[in-house]
Amino acid sequence: MLQNRNARIGLGLLGPMIAIVIVAPVLPLPDPTATDAANAFASPSAEHWFGTDHHGRDLFARTLLGGRVSLLFGLGSTAIGLLLGVPIGLASGYFGGNVDEGLMRFMDLFLAFPSLLLALLILAVFGGSMQYAILAVGLVFTPRIARIVRGSTLSERNETYIEAAKARGESHTHILVHELLPNVKSPIIVEASIRIGFGILIGTSLSFLGLGAQPPNPDWGYMIAESRDYLYNSPWFMLWPGLFLSITVLGFNMLGDGLRDILNVEIEEQ
Amino acid sequence: MGKFGRYLAIRSLYSILILWGVTLVVFGVTQILPGDPATMVLGPYVSEQGIELVNERLGLNKPLPVQYFDWITGIFVGDWGLSFQYEQPVYDIVVPRMLRTAQLALVAFLLVVCIGVPLGVVAAIYRGSYVDTVVSAVTYVWLAVPGYVFGILFILLLGGPVFYLFPSSGYVAPSESISGWFGHILLPSVTLALMMVAHVLRQTRSELIDTLQSEYVRTARLKGLDERTVLVKHALRNGIIPTVTLLALKLGSLLGGTVLIEYVFSYPGIGTLTVEAIHNRDLPVLQMSILLIAAAYVIANLIADVLYTYLDPRIEYGGA
Amino acid sequence: MSKNKRSPSNQTMTRARTAQSTSDRLLEIDGLSVEYQLPDRTIKALRDVSMSLEEGETLGIAGESGSGKSTLALAILQYLGDNGNVSGGSISFKDTSLLDASDEDLRSIRGNEIAHVPQNPQTSLNPSITVGEQIAEVIRLHQGKSSTEAKEDAIGILRQVNISDPEENYERYPHELSGGMQQRVLIAMALSCNPELLILDEPTTGLDVTTQSKILSLINELKDEFNTSIVLITHDLGVLAETSDRVAILYAGELVEKGTTSDIFSNSANPYTRGLLAATPDIETERELKPIPGNIPNLDRVPDGCIFADRCEFVEDECRTGQIDLEAVDDGSGHVTRCRRWEHVVDEPLKTSESEGTTSGPVDEAYDSDRKLLEAKNLTKTFGETGLLDQVFGGEQPVQAVNGVDIDVCESETVGIVGESGCGKSTLGRLMVQLLDQDEGTIEFRGEDISSTSDAFDEFRKDTSIVFQNPDSSLNPQKRVYTILERPLDLLADGAEQDKDERIAKLLMQVGLGPEYATKYPGELSGGEKQRVGIARAFASNPKFVVLDEPVASLDASVQANILDLLQELKAEYNTSYLLISHDLSVVNHICDRVAVMYLGEIVETGPKSDVFNPPYHPYTQALLSSIPSMDPEDDRERIHLEGDVPSARNPPSGCSFHSRCPKKIGEQCEQSKPELEGTNAGGQDNRHRVSCHLDEEQMNEPVRET
Repeated sequence: MLQNRNARIGLGLLGPMIAIVIVAPVLPLPDPTATDAANAFASPSAEHWFGTDHHGRDLFARTLLGGRVSLLFGLGSTAIGLLLGVPIGLASGYFGGNVDEGLMRFMDLFLAFPSLLLALLILAVFGGSMQYAILAVGLVFTPRIARIVRGSTLSERNETYIEAAKARGESHTHILVHELLPNVKSPIIVEASIRIGFGILIGTSLSFLGLGAQPPNPDWGYMIAESRDYLYNSPWFMLWPGLFLSITVLGFNMLGDGLRDILNVEIEEQ
Repeated sequence: MGKFGRYLAIRSLYSILILWGVTLVVFGVTQILPGDPATMVLGPYVSEQGIELVNERLGLNKPLPVQYFDWITGIFVGDWGLSFQYEQPVYDIVVPRMLRTAQLALVAFLLVVCIGVPLGVVAAIYRGSYVDTVVSAVTYVWLAVPGYVFGILFILLLGGPVFYLFPSSGYVAPSESISGWFGHILLPSVTLALMMVAHVLRQTRSELIDTLQSEYVRTARLKGLDERTVLVKHALRNGIIPTVTLLALKLGSLLGGTVLIEYVFSYPGIGTLTVEAIHNRDLPVLQMSILLIAAAYVIANLIADVLYTYLDPRIEYGGA
Repeated sequence: MSKNKRSPSNQTMTRARTAQSTSDRLLEIDGLSVEYQLPDRTIKALRDVSMSLEEGETLGIAGESGSGKSTLALAILQYLGDNGNVSGGSISFKDTSLLDASDEDLRSIRGNEIAHVPQNPQTSLNPSITVGEQIAEVIRLHQGKSSTEAKEDAIGILRQVNISDPEENYERYPHELSGGMQQRVLIAMALSCNPELLILDEPTTGLDVTTQSKILSLINELKDEFNTSIVLITHDLGVLAETSDRVAILYAGELVEKGTTSDIFSNSANPYTRGLLAATPDIETERELKPIPGNIPNLDRVPDGCIFADRCEFVEDECRTGQIDLEAVDDGSGHVTRCRRWEHVVDEPLKTSESEGTTSGPVDEAYDSDRKLLEAKNLTKTFGETGLLDQVFGGEQPVQAVNGVDIDVCESETVGIVGESGCGKSTLGRLMVQLLDQDEGTIEFRGEDISSTSDAFDEFRKDTSIVFQNPDSSLNPQKRVYTILERPLDLLADGAEQDKDERIAKLLMQVGLGPEYATKYPGELSGGEKQRVGIARAFASNPKFVVLDEPVASLDASVQANILDLLQELKAEYNTSYLLISHDLSVVNHICDRVAVMYLGEIVETGPKSDVFNPPYHPYTQALLSSIPSMDPEDDRERIHLEGDVPSARNPPSGCSFHSRCPKKIGEQCEQSKPELEGTNAGGQDNRHRVSCHLDEEQMNEPVRET
């Protein structure tokens, strides 16, 4: 795995990020929600390593803790997308015919909306909150993951080991779970790793629009949205969450590309 | 009917079916949106009679199928209903917004085509060289930094205290001032283009690399053709087909409103209108704006598929 | 782009002259070594290979996969890709050193003086340029002709390679042509500038035998007409015997023997060449096959001594040390062999005696109508029934893959199905194990209709099994061999759980693999080993009937014979019946008792092997048989060339489906009425030899008049 340059860089970027996010709650950080109006827009100093925001809150604490929400968002939405998309894609590719037609046409309906807009629409129905935002993005991912899995299943389905399984009378469930799934797992892994990065991006975008993570708890997207009005006062305010967010997404993208090379997967760019 | 004609007919029919499905989804979603429209229109303190009066005027007391039917037939005759919030015809609100987004989209699209495709070709030809490495590294970063961060950075650097080159928000119609129009549209479209250039570039590069390694390119080289002919005549023609399809899809998503970028630059397009309509529960506006965005998407998908089939002589004309 | 990694010191000299120049040598390769640089290792693809080609001569180069034969072709053209480089030796063409030639010189040589016909016609033609333009562009480039002249020339050359309607086909795209026509276009392209040297890399691989035979005759004709020298590369010894003046045999990157065609085929002095000859089934002689044990070696580490030592029956200690040099067998003809013990080798008879075998001998008595195991009646299968949308918009016709086939298999009998690609033989095989459901027809197993009760079907499932063509695809790459063999035991075999390990070990042993193979993944096995696992899986449940779908088609010649032998052994041991599906008549002839010949979804001739092949009755069977390249270089029997290509099964011809290509068509009767499959007079008891043809037997036995 470490022989691949992309995977190596990806892991190198993600390792520290994930470590920080896991360790942050137990670190002796300042209270991320404690305001200090007198000390707003402070530049980095010994006391506030990353400076402070418009309420004088410590940016170091907020940035480190904000990653939890974003990562949770990426992982959660991807998990939902996989949970729904993988079975749909497998069934569609394996059974073909009317099952395939029905499932894929239904998926096409959801592909007629841009990702962010569909998420917005789902949130409009359920109301803006973290849980629903994750669910919404998971649903947005579902048809895209289903298509990838279906594509790989279609090419695997014609391999004769599937026919061999049918010839000895295996059930459809056995063939799907024990014969097909292990052979389409590579594209699923690659897609998942890229989706996590993308989920983090959409999640922060929703927070940016005020529909994801709710204040006052820190989140990178929400922090960037807040910083927008105060850019001229302090560039640090946007720099930190923007930097951390970009590094995380870059890490997942590079890891995904590396995995694609390692696992020898061909996926069309979306 | 020729094979291609048949394919076109089936594929178009299918797109229409999808759009019909979209109208059902949009109508359904707006029905279950929380909140009472009449309350939206009149504010929280209204009498029973007031609510009934509004429902009567907006046609909200009719059965759902009738409301749906009225809505659909209205779309075709240009009667798109009244905005709850502005009390103006939806048509007059949505269409100008859509047109402004289209302007933004077209400028961004031109930038993507003029930057992404040539860079991708260069990166593929000089694969492994430092040009390729730099281009690859830059596209990685582009793909990872959210568009709105780029937008904010542009505003910070070029639209404000550092260099005041371009206005950072709003829109000026070209009929008023061409330079004003261009000034307002440039930053958001460059931001949009940046995000897409990375995708288009990577796709162009990887497809062209595959083509350059194909056996028919080997045949061409072993015929003694010079490298320029091999590239232009034998490789580019086939290698570029997937990119053309991708570009069609990208145009669709650009037209589909680029919510975030419009939001960052306070650009009065269809994207910001949709977010506004969601926040304000302005159902008629929301329905139509979403429908238009989805239509742009579906049509772009149609164009992409048809182009691919048309450009690649190998494709069997399957069903939809 | 040429990636010649040698840095030529004499770049100022275009076309450097080499020291030793001989007048009539067109091509001289001396001590050539080629390496491929992979990220983690170096593959020594060619090592110290020398050969030469005289003007007007055809040099055949034979080798199995990994022998380096395609690398040799590309090295001549100086096109080894980014990671390949020449690490030693020289190649000179007409006294020009190709290794030192500049890019510009190479461009003027390629396609003009040396032309290359690549292996896969489908992927080697540019899909978005008309075939005519792809030819005309070479003519414009090298001969400086105008567009109109070049087009005229291109049409002329298309006509010369026997493409019908050349004006019309000039405007077609490659995907609109059949594989055989695509290959003709590539040959036309190569000949368009009248090259002095033509390199043909597996020119007929992937083509059907009848098409192959036409392409080979075309090559022989064109060689005389254009006076071109040819290097022909192939894995098929029959193709070489048919076309070459001299032959070079490559094994694992080394030249092991070279000489005149008759030196090699009747007087070989090399154990590998002899092994290859003895392992290849030949339809004319009913001899026992003698497999070469072991596998083709990896080339990242080349052992000391002889590279073939591990598989050689003549091996002695002296073979495993030092460098083995080429030794002259016959100075006069230039026959050389890379073997220290060749004098011992030539003492052995070249071919094993006929009818000596016990396992492979044809058992004509296997047929016994009282012991019918399986009987299928009127099997019919159609693919791609049109949906509603297709009907509205006028979609394509469905494909009738199998059309009313009757076939039966007796206990311990091997029935062969032969036919060309698209004839429906694989579909028939899948119907026979119910991997596909038939649209019409019934299958009776031990006299009971398998669809009558679910018990009957379960019994059928338990007692039937299938071996697939491609072992890379038929084993799940994510499962260990143990798991692969365990599933059919769990599902189909009766027996206690604790016997399972024992049974798996026994199965592995029976297919010639050790118990240590149980823990391996398919990716760790060679092609032949994978096929052995596939066969073990098929026999796990003690089947009484096994369908063999092209079981050796994707294996190298030296491995094929091993697998065929194994199948024979297992059949005797398990008392199994086989339905063998193959495009290769030699394979069918080798192990079958009875055969059926299929054309466009129908059986056109069936009967005991000897009745069908000696002599063939149906005109199609005759054409098939005559198309097989002969291993005997002296053989110059008349070939029957069928016109055109196999018609589409979407739209089969009316009447007799073979009438559109039949060399013996008698008239309207053939076009209008479908002949019945009827017994012949020679068919003997049970009417077992049956032919579907309007001709009477006498007419069938007449030779084809050359038109």
